[in-house]
Amino acid sequence: MSSGGEEQIQLQMTPMVDIVFLLLVFFLMTFKIVAPEGDFNVKMPLAAPTQGRPDDALLPPIQVRLRATDDGRLAGIQMGERPLNSFGELRREIRAIVGDDRGPGSIAEDAEVKLDCDYQLEFKYTIDAITAISGYISPDGRIIRLVDKISFAQPRTPADK
Amino acid sequence: MKLWRTSRTGYAKGDMTPMIDMTFQLIAFFMVVINFTEVEQNERIRLPASELAKPPDAPLQSPITIQVTKQDTVIFGGEEMAVTGLRRLLLIERQVIEEPPGRRPSDATIVIRGDQDAETGKIQEVIRVCQEMGFEKFVLRARQEEGI
Repeated sequence: MSSGGEEQIQLQMTPMVDIVFLLLVFFLMTFKIVAPEGDFNVKMPLAAPTQGRPDDALLPPIQVRLRATDDGRLAGIQMGERPLNSFGELRREIRAIVGDDRGPGSIAEDAEVKLDCDYQLEFKYTIDAITAISGYISPDGRIIRLVDKISFAQPRTPADK
Repeated sequence: MKLWRTSRTGYAKGDMTPMIDMTFQLIAFFMVVINFTEVEQNERIRLPASELAKPPDAPLQSPITIQVTKQDTVIFGGEEMAVTGLRRLLLIERQVIEEPPGRRPSDATIVIRGDQDAETGKIQEVIRVCQEMGFEKFVLRARQEEGI
């Protein structure tokens, strides 16, 4: 306390500014932008039978076949025996089968899709197909789920066409 | 010639307040957005985009990440290898999972981060190798499509 009244108490700013800058540099260094990612469940139980087994599944799995050109591009989509033109059409077909009922015991709950893809098909087309099968975004922005149970058929070898 | 005025004894004082204000704001911003979770990512993998790929609400149970490059190699635990090389490492992974009694490899989730140009057959090969090692739960990772 000064008695004169003119002397001001000097606050030492330097250590605080030092620490603040250190903190800033630390946060800057550890900052990384992570793109949002999401997952699609794939049902692949160990004893995956290739032949259908008559148990709890009321519906036989819907077979979706994706054919590829030699360089891995999508050559054709087939649902059962029917050829389809686009993933949008595949989604419409799946929607027509499972309907909009999502309650327990509904078709959507039991329906299963089996994907049969050519070996060389680029993975993005498989994800596009899985996206079309798993659901869609309604006009009000909500995600409407269609089929949750998605599995892969027996893998094809590169020579298979 | 006299360059400096020696008569003045006081220091020139810059106003520190705006700088400190801004610095604190920056620190607060970085503290809020920082994410310490160790996400296994690799710049080489370009995930396929999907409009339905939304970040999960709950974290996955014992996730094991396997990345598949477009050169059809597999990156697992920072090591790049062919698909067949996965067996040895998955065996170790399995032993680690089985260590606490009552836990099985089927409790773990295999996260497959496949490049968008990787072959689907390669992804299926990875799944098959994991199945042989006793893993049952799989998720395919996709990046959230921009503009959605």
